Amino acid sequence: MEHLELFFKSIFVDNMVFATFLGMCSYLAVSKKVSTAVGLGAAVIFVMAITVPLNWLLDTYILKDGALAWLGPEYAQYDLSFLSFIMFIATIATMVQLVEIIVEKFSPALYNSLGIFLPLIAVNCAILGGSLFMQSREIQSLGLAFNYGISSGIGWFLAILAIAAIREKIRYSNIPAPLRGLGITFIITGLMAIGFMSFGGMLTGGEAEETTEQTVATVAPSDKDTIEATEDAINLAKNEKEIKE
Amino acid sequence: MGLLSKKDTKLITDPLADNNPITIQVLGICSALAITAELKASIVMSIAVLFVLGVGNVVISLMRNIIPSKIRIIVQLIVVATLVIIVDLILKAFAYELSKTLSVFVGLIITNCIIMGRFEAFALANGPWRSFLDGIGNSLGYAVILIIVGFFRELLGSGSLLGIKVLGDPIEKTGVYAFGYENNGFMLLAPMALITVGIIIWVQRSRNEALIEDN
Repeated sequence: MEHLELFFKSIFVDNMVFATFLGMCSYLAVSKKVSTAVGLGAAVIFVMAITVPLNWLLDTYILKDGALAWLGPEYAQYDLSFLSFIMFIATIATMVQLVEIIVEKFSPALYNSLGIFLPLIAVNCAILGGSLFMQSREIQSLGLAFNYGISSGIGWFLAILAIAAIREKIRYSNIPAPLRGLGITFIITGLMAIGFMSFGGMLTGGEAEETTEQTVATVAPSDKDTIEATEDAINLAKNEKEIKE
Repeated sequence: MGLLSKKDTKLITDPLADNNPITIQVLGICSALAITAELKASIVMSIAVLFVLGVGNVVISLMRNIIPSKIRIIVQLIVVATLVIIVDLILKAFAYELSKTLSVFVGLIITNCIIMGRFEAFALANGPWRSFLDGIGNSLGYAVILIIVGFFRELLGSGSLLGIKVLGDPIEKTGVYAFGYENNGFMLLAPMALITVGIIIWVQRSRNEALIEDN
């Protein structure tokens, strides 16, 4: 139950992108096409599932106040938590390199699809953010840390998949010129974040049902609009072709 | 002419508007959005980035000829992480409350793409003095956006600036509240930061048509 709660909470309520804005840089830069977005999203899930539990072990057995007690009672007074930034980022950077090498060696197919994204990930704030939130939220066990890593990764994956799909469609709509590209992406992300806020009631029960229904209702027509817009664009293209012929 | 040649001045002024790290280069968005609900936090964050990027650029620039290019990312991360630890410890010592508000976002300066981006694009290829100016310029460009967003979010969201209630007291109905004005609490929520930045981009690109991208 605890695992299930953390799982859904990290995907929807504390979504990396919509609630804490982590990994926004790659989220904005790599979301022009669905296929690349899927690649990067998968790489993030993969790396987070490895680094969060690893950093949890580091934090619990080396960095925390009194964590060195397992070495003997005279070590119990040390508090190395000021080193956590440097340890976490070093772990992440080395793990990313290591994963890249291993994947390249054993699964060239996976390397071809994930490979180019792996170096990008070392500086993705979502990865370091995951480890830092894991530390500040005091996650209790290794299993929960693993769960937290995977589910935060899935949340990020969902977010980048959604925005990439919207950006592919939005190319056919008539946006004011200064807003094109980056501007409208920001505003759409803002609206999506507002939508995701309605998940906040999910774990407390009560009014949650009502609010989710509302978002579904509000999201549906806009989807329809984009679909219609694409159909219009396709028809337009067909007409032009016919005229040329 | 004085201290700075024309080319050097350009290094500082360029990122302030036409080559702004946030609105044009799309770097360092995460922290720009998450901590801007209060003006004070935005200012402190800007100063922290100014320090890290200014000093970091100089350090990387000094070491640029001895860093093997294969492991340069790790070297860069270690340099940033060290500087960020210094900032974090200073904040904890002198502004504990604020460091609680900024929470993990001080640590996330490490992965702030502006910093890695400037290291890669500028400090690895230029001398220390020019790198320093470039670092200062880019972090000022970052600061400008942070402060604009923080200003509007705090003013419209809680009716205050730097914690001082400039619009009067909402409970006792003084100042503009006497005329029935209400705070827009929505501005304090995270999504509004995104929309505010979106609007800044809109304004900036309508003023300078050259920046407009095609879909």
